Amino acid sequence: MPDYNFAYLDEQTKRMIRRAILKGLAIPGYQVPFASREMPMPYGWGTGGVQVSAACLNPDDTFKVIDQGADDTTNAVSIRKFFENTAQVATTEETARASLIQTRHRIPEAALSEDQILVYQVPIPEPLRFLEPSEVETRKMHSLEEYGLMHVKLYEDISQHGAIATAYAYPVKVEGRYVMDPSPIPKFDNPKLGMAAIQLFGAGREQRIYALPPFTRVVSLDFEDHPFEPSKADHDCDLCGASDSYLDEVIVDDAGGRMFVCSDTDYCRSRRAAGHVGAQGAPYEEGAA
Amino acid sequence: MTPLLQVQDIAKFYGARRGCEDVSFDLYPGEVMGIVGESGSGKSTLLSCLAGYLPPDRGEVIFDTRADGPRDTLSMSEPERRMLMRTDWAFVHQHARDGLRMGVSAGGNVGERLMAVGARHYGDIRDQAVDWLGRVEIAADRVDDKPQAFSGGMQQRLQIARNLVTGPRLVFMDEPTGGLDVSVQARLLDLLRGLVREMGLSAIIVTHDLAVVRLLADRLMVMKDGRVVEDGLTDQVLDDPQHGYTQLLVSSVLQV
Repeated sequence: MPDYNFAYLDEQTKRMIRRAILKGLAIPGYQVPFASREMPMPYGWGTGGVQVSAACLNPDDTFKVIDQGADDTTNAVSIRKFFENTAQVATTEETARASLIQTRHRIPEAALSEDQILVYQVPIPEPLRFLEPSEVETRKMHSLEEYGLMHVKLYEDISQHGAIATAYAYPVKVEGRYVMDPSPIPKFDNPKLGMAAIQLFGAGREQRIYALPPFTRVVSLDFEDHPFEPSKADHDCDLCGASDSYLDEVIVDDAGGRMFVCSDTDYCRSRRAAGHVGAQGAPYEEGAA
Repeated sequence: MTPLLQVQDIAKFYGARRGCEDVSFDLYPGEVMGIVGESGSGKSTLLSCLAGYLPPDRGEVIFDTRADGPRDTLSMSEPERRMLMRTDWAFVHQHARDGLRMGVSAGGNVGERLMAVGARHYGDIRDQAVDWLGRVEIAADRVDDKPQAFSGGMQQRLQIARNLVTGPRLVFMDEPTGGLDVSVQARLLDLLRGLVREMGLSAIIVTHDLAVVRLLADRLMVMKDGRVVEDGLTDQVLDDPQHGYTQLLVSSVLQV
């Protein structure tokens, strides 16, 4: 589609976004304001992630998009198609083959390497937002490292539920400095945030970009007597038998029947291809749904 | 003895209009100072200047810090001043909802200051919150209720507990009994007097209610049009007012 510049955005815009990304990488966890553009999709569909991806893509990249871990949901398919059309880059569903992965609400199960970039779609970048509505005040709290309020939220969780009930978008402290919202990933994924790949976070409506360089020290906030615990459903995957992956619960009939399956579809597929079979799984066949 | 707070020649103007001017006084540890005056006399402006919410145009507010002795709070860096505001200082607002987080439970409200200074043990924070709710006469089973579910008097007591939990040395109060009915006022004053004496707090209380200063304050400052027109011991000023305005103020109190 030659009517578009490579990867949809014009070069000046990409340059502006790259500057924000570099600043974000230089100050891990700091929210860098940027002049977010309107994208041909609604806010909440990943406009921030798409802009960051567009600024990072080059013609040699292999691009992968996941939504809640899956490659075949609406959000993932439409964004993948968008870049197939506007950038003509190669796309893949295999985590290991992708050089740039845009994700919504999950980190892939397979460990990422130093030559990969993970781009997150972020709805609300400000971890303090629901406690402190004023942006002026939250910026001041970040600059002065006043993060007591974040623990008030966790305190409220324990007093109401007996345990820290925050299960996603679990706040983290980056390199002992900035408190950051890791986007709505399940807290099961929090321990992976110190990974080898570069992680970039884009919030389109809120006009913020932040980043984690490789091997950043990321600590999930907790109390001494209520330590952080990554949680997942207490099952194995019913298709591939994996016991170490984050699971989706799927209702399969009207009689209360259910199964637990890996939320990371590529991880599940690759395990089944390698011969693993779960409690309700059939042996893997190439091309079968 | 070093004064806890030395106020020197504070002035604040709103454009050409005077907020307050030429205010100087010393406050010693354990002393309660009352500031009275009619609406628009500059008492709230003065309190905001002293408490660091409003930068005055002139003057010094020197506080005897625990670590470094007397220091001018106006020339302190902002992190230092904010640290002071959540440890050694407390501010009780007239409207409890200005000083409370209405969406957070009573225990969370009291615990916030503890967590802000680094408490990270849930059990300890909760124990202290329950202890402080008891001290301000709020039943322990209300610890998980939100302030919305509290009466006006309870909200005000909760605000006081939230402020005193870190053991401050100086409390600023802006009309702490405003908007409460008289029997609730009486109980709140009783409670405040007890806490001030027990903890050896120093306090600056701004009010237009002479009964409040009569009960709580050791010393009194009367303000009119942004200036201090009379000051002295509370009983002395109220029983033998010298300035015409103070005489008017004292004689205006309704007798039942």
